[in-house]
Amino acid sequence: MSAISSNDLPTEAGVAPVASKIRADRVSVYYGEKRAINEISIDIQANQVTAFIGPSGCGKSTFLRCLNRMNDTIDICRVTGSIVLDDEDIYDPKVDVVQLRARVGMVFQKPNPFPKSIYDNIAYGPRIHGLVSNRTDTDRVVEASLKRAGLWEEVKDRLLDSGTGLSGGQQQRLCIARAIAVQPEVILMDEPCSSLDPIATARIEELIDELRKNFTIIIVTHSMQQAARVSQRTAFFHLGDMIEYGDTEQVFTNPAEQKTQGYITGRFG
Amino acid sequence: MTDILAGRALTDSTAVARLGKRHRAERRFKCYGLAAIFSALAVLAVLLVTIVGTGYSAFVQTYVQLDIEFRADAIDPQGTRLESDFRQANYAVLVRDALVAHFPDVSGRRDRRALAGLISSGADIRLLNMVLRDPSLIGTKRAVWVKASADLDSFTKGQIPRDVPEDERKVSDLQITWIDQLAAKGLVEKKFNFDFFASADSREPEQAGVLGALVGSLLTLLVTLALSFPIAVMAAVYLEEFAPKNRFTDFIEININNLAAVPSIVFGLLGLAVFLNFFGLPRSAPLVGGMVLALMTMPTIIIAARAALKAVPPSIREAALGMGASPVQTVSHHVLPLAMPGILTGTIIGMAQALGETAPLLMIGMVAFIVDVPGSFTDAATVLPVQVYLWADAPERGFVERTSAAIMVLLAFLITMNILAVVLRRRFERRW
Repeated sequence: MSAISSNDLPTEAGVAPVASKIRADRVSVYYGEKRAINEISIDIQANQVTAFIGPSGCGKSTFLRCLNRMNDTIDICRVTGSIVLDDEDIYDPKVDVVQLRARVGMVFQKPNPFPKSIYDNIAYGPRIHGLVSNRTDTDRVVEASLKRAGLWEEVKDRLLDSGTGLSGGQQQRLCIARAIAVQPEVILMDEPCSSLDPIATARIEELIDELRKNFTIIIVTHSMQQAARVSQRTAFFHLGDMIEYGDTEQVFTNPAEQKTQGYITGRFG
Repeated sequence: MTDILAGRALTDSTAVARLGKRHRAERRFKCYGLAAIFSALAVLAVLLVTIVGTGYSAFVQTYVQLDIEFRADAIDPQGTRLESDFRQANYAVLVRDALVAHFPDVSGRRDRRALAGLISSGADIRLLNMVLRDPSLIGTKRAVWVKASADLDSFTKGQIPRDVPEDERKVSDLQITWIDQLAAKGLVEKKFNFDFFASADSREPEQAGVLGALVGSLLTLLVTLALSFPIAVMAAVYLEEFAPKNRFTDFIEININNLAAVPSIVFGLLGLAVFLNFFGLPRSAPLVGGMVLALMTMPTIIIAARAALKAVPPSIREAALGMGASPVQTVSHHVLPLAMPGILTGTIIGMAQALGETAPLLMIGMVAFIVDVPGSFTDAATVLPVQVYLWADAPERGFVERTSAAIMVLLAFLITMNILAVVLRRRFERRW
């Protein structure tokens, strides 16, 4: 699929440069008069896990939500600058938001399965986007998505039970399965493990590592260990600015900025 | 820690006393709550006992068995066997003859009229219907149970006591002796009052029924539901999910809330002025009644629906939008189904209000005396609460019990509606 195998660091010598999937250029976000994000420019590379870290209120979630235009749902929110997915400006008026969100899936902080059956949770996306036409098709997509999300073995006998009856970790994996069922190119994860116990968190982290073979993943996290464990690239945000962006190993072992150093060593944040 | 509490501890006598006081206050509070519930229940019980106690007797009706001779010369003197001739015949004569056969010594106009007064004036209709159904009855003699008059009915039910002076009672001494004689022969019997549920209003209490008002209420509420539910739900969905939050939508919201508090008679006047006088819709019709009640019900449903929509967790909306569902899909696939139980509750409250509403319907003429069961939305009709109002106003003794019985029917209607809503809500209810 790509030039890198999962164990290689992306910057290792001899590896072909990876393609950039999302290119943000001087993106600012305003909530009313207040500026929440300050001219952020970033290149997100394909088939990698990019982690956004930073103290609460630093704008990392806001920026993440710009990438599939979830901020559109907030009336007072205004975005300037440009965000290009492949070769297309996603804030172009011609862009269909519905289409965009199918290409850029999202997993939220709190597991939010629909109060429907496990089956219907997964089948919902493919159905509304017309990706399945009959029952056998749908069955196949549901099984494949649940298998990818590592949930199949646990739920295969109760696909018609309510998705809300699962445990927290299972619910979050169900949400991931739901997101990948429409075969997105990018998956945004907004603190996907913040309400889960360490075991469930470990499973999700394994899953993220597994998924990056096929998807470009951007994850917002408060846990620096998590960022170090799952990501290849890390961006550090502080008070609406992106302070530093680089390979995870470099950011954590040899940060270029004083503030990054301070945050990862726990002096503030 | 002792520094903060200045030497006092939770085990001090004052603290223990305080604790006791706190527990007593809690028990008192519980008692107040129980007292409130029991007084509410007591009032409800008094209400129900009064209504049922007064009204249960309306469900039975006194009948008298008479040997009716279907004389050919009275029913069909020309022998044509034509329906039109049957309809013109005087069946009251047959009833009178049968009565006279029991009491041959009754003479004089006044006494004969008093005797005929024992039997309902609707008895001849019953005989006509028998003949229409089976013309071979003509020329035969049959024992027929005919309805007693309202006075005889009230007397046998004990509502007109024997021991009051004759001039203060509606049934004369002479009539009482006749009744006693008939009863001694086993010819007077109380039977289930089927006609109460099968006929519309009448001037004669024994012939009056609630079916007309029941059907009128049903038709009116159907119009109300068909108009108010979709409009109110769409309005609520738009205001809650799509409308921008600005001065204009605030203004609309305030007006909807105000509308919910407008006295219902004002809606009646509006209906009179707009629907009847301007659009020229038929008077007294369930269609117009339903439209007026829909105006009244709409704000209630909108307010309840908005509250229900607000209560749907935003995470569900985010999940759907994040999956690439369009805003309309998000609402119709997820938000609306989750809000449906709450919307239905609001709807049922609104419909219950509409069911019990009298004032606006008076303005559009649904208070008329209507003896036919309405067959369509444009027929003249009345509704249950208006029927209760009309009967409560009627001077005849027989209408007292019928008023209470109509209230019972109204309550039964309401309970049925509520059960339906609960069943629907169960089907829609989902956990999240």
